[in-house]
Amino acid sequence: MTSTVPAEQSSESKKDLSTEEHEDFRLFGLIAFLIADGMTFAGFFAAYLTFKAVNPIGPDAIYELELPLPTLNTVLLLVSSFTFHRAGKFLEKNESKQCQKWLLITGALGVAFLISQMFEYFTLPFGLTDNLFASTFYALTGFHGLHVTLGSIMIMIIWWQTRIPSGRVNNENKFPFEAVELYWHFVDGIWVVLFIILYLL
Amino acid sequence: MTISLKPSNSPPEKLQPTGWLKYLSFSLDHKVIGLQYLVCGFLFYLIGGSLAGAIRVELISPLSDFMPREVYNQVLTLHGTIMIFLWIVPVVNGAFGNYLIPFYVGARDMAFPRLNAVAFWLIPPSGLMLITSYFINGAAQSGWTAYPPLSITTPAAGQIIWILSVLLLGGSSIFGGINFIATILKLRRPGLKLMQLPMYCWAMLGTSILVVLSTPVLAGTLILLSFDIVAHTGFFNPSLGGNVIVYQHLFWFYSHPAVYIMVLPAFGLVSEILPIHSRKPLFGYTTMVFSIMGIVVLGLVVWAHHMFTSGTPPWMRLFFTIATAFIAVPTGIKFFNWVATLWGGKISLNAAMLFSCGFIINFVLGGITGVALAQVPFDVHVHDTYFVVAHFHYIVYGGSVFVIFSSIYHWFPKFTGKMLNENLGRFHFIITFIGFNLCFAPQHWLGLNGMPRRVAEYDPQFQLINQISSVGALLMALSTLPFLWNILQSILYGDDAGDNPWNALTPEWLTTSPPPVENWKGEAPLVLEPYGYGEKDSNKTQEGMK
Repeated sequence: MTSTVPAEQSSESKKDLSTEEHEDFRLFGLIAFLIADGMTFAGFFAAYLTFKAVNPIGPDAIYELELPLPTLNTVLLLVSSFTFHRAGKFLEKNESKQCQKWLLITGALGVAFLISQMFEYFTLPFGLTDNLFASTFYALTGFHGLHVTLGSIMIMIIWWQTRIPSGRVNNENKFPFEAVELYWHFVDGIWVVLFIILYLL
Repeated sequence: MTISLKPSNSPPEKLQPTGWLKYLSFSLDHKVIGLQYLVCGFLFYLIGGSLAGAIRVELISPLSDFMPREVYNQVLTLHGTIMIFLWIVPVVNGAFGNYLIPFYVGARDMAFPRLNAVAFWLIPPSGLMLITSYFINGAAQSGWTAYPPLSITTPAAGQIIWILSVLLLGGSSIFGGINFIATILKLRRPGLKLMQLPMYCWAMLGTSILVVLSTPVLAGTLILLSFDIVAHTGFFNPSLGGNVIVYQHLFWFYSHPAVYIMVLPAFGLVSEILPIHSRKPLFGYTTMVFSIMGIVVLGLVVWAHHMFTSGTPPWMRLFFTIATAFIAVPTGIKFFNWVATLWGGKISLNAAMLFSCGFIINFVLGGITGVALAQVPFDVHVHDTYFVVAHFHYIVYGGSVFVIFSSIYHWFPKFTGKMLNENLGRFHFIITFIGFNLCFAPQHWLGLNGMPRRVAEYDPQFQLINQISSVGALLMALSTLPFLWNILQSILYGDDAGDNPWNALTPEWLTTSPPPVENWKGEAPLVLEPYGYGEKDSNKTQEGMK
């Protein structure tokens, strides 16, 4: 896990005192950001659970959610985490074609998740402002969907950048790949929590 | 897992603006960004201060005769928001943090210089947005807390602009926090251990942890609130089945730590200033570190003491009272450490030292009323009265703002290479100290006697005390004049400061004033004992000293 620097920079580093060796802290920064992002979700979850516990919503106001579609969504995202990891393995082995293939599958799974989520939105019997439960449902899944959208776009960018020979992400410079992968696993993890809290509880 | 850093990826030198123009540019130099934060924050302080002046003028008489009630509400909302989000938080964190932290950890810049510049440049537009909302159908009227249902029923345009602006400022704060954590933990000069860092690093580490953990919750809450206002959802709207108490919990989960975000860096700055001007090592370094971390942990679990009158159940009152009382312990440890640092020292009563001592006095008074407010039986009586206003201002003005002035007097020679006029500085301190106490001490009495806060009109029996308070506010406003004159005069005609006018040992003084781009001409100095004053062999620890 070394991220090397373009040759003209590292050759300079011997004489240039302003260049210093440090551990790669870029992923560390990303983790700090993801903790912050996770706290936003934590706030939403806390609000939802409190609403559910405290607010007297009549039996007709809370809807039984259909489970098949969200279960499919969960599977889609979990599989996409696996395929992303697989792509990383091929990147390490420098097999760019295979890596690109698995990245494309990951991106397609992400888009499939979004389409499936959209389909669920259209078939649900309630709208955003119908009641407290409906509002919280759309806020939570929508905010997560925004993350999946951004993640899918970033996967496509990484896919484009791993192309041979002119792509900028490769075995030598794989921080962008690792960053998006970490973000994607994070989004998947959030979905699992969301699925348990929103659909199963 | 190593990375070679070219710390400045900035454009070639000939393309960069020079002189004062660089302070208006997207500069990546942490020192430029620090001063950008400081000057920008000070301009907003002048605006927020004028608004405070308007509030005190209104309160000279019991009737709302200076401005209509709606305008009064807008003025107090803008005053609170500007002072907290655009002055104290950016200055104690962004300004001094960006300027000093890379020096203290022996780095040439922050960990993420571009993110740093982005974080600063989010501030001026959101501040301007907030202020201009006054001219578009009126600014937000629901105070800096924006409690629903008040924030849902008052005019929507101002409230939405307020939310957007606070979201941007929160984002700026989070980016800054991530940057500080990465810089302190990952960018230290090799050979420098965490327990050898100057105290301000620890304060900023603790603050940044609070920022990263709590600010996103506020952001999420405000997003839900904006849904309530724009899309007419009912998260916090009781008439649509929502729950206002949830808003209060989420809001205070950020906004109580926000008090520590405003005051912990100030603790750190004071811990740097006191040893230098009393020529003694900082007393109790280790206990200082642990009390900062203790405040961080406890600070996250005391938020509901703002909600004792919101129908909180008894177990919650009990828990949050005890947790709040506990937080007085680490705070008290720090207070005694500062006093012990001063004890028997060769104290120079310059402006920086005076403001720091003023901070210690004011902060103890504010801390005592804070412990009192944590007791439910007392809090129920003075909740939402001027007692709370007095307590809060003793912490954030008497605490943080005094430290900001102290730090400006202390680091101005480093910023500019020029000395400030000490006598003008002492004069500034005396008027500020008298004005501040004259303004806010009587407000304790007002609150105990039942004058509610945030109301333009009051019972005529409170008129005399309010007028005394307004005289104090006038003194505080006037005290800005000698300060501004001093700054202007010193930048133009000040004495040359030299590299290290205070004979300090912390790393920022071991370079030229003002420091060069990338901080040191040669290798960064390894300062293992930043507080080795008054000890015979302290010099041998200062490797790399020129």
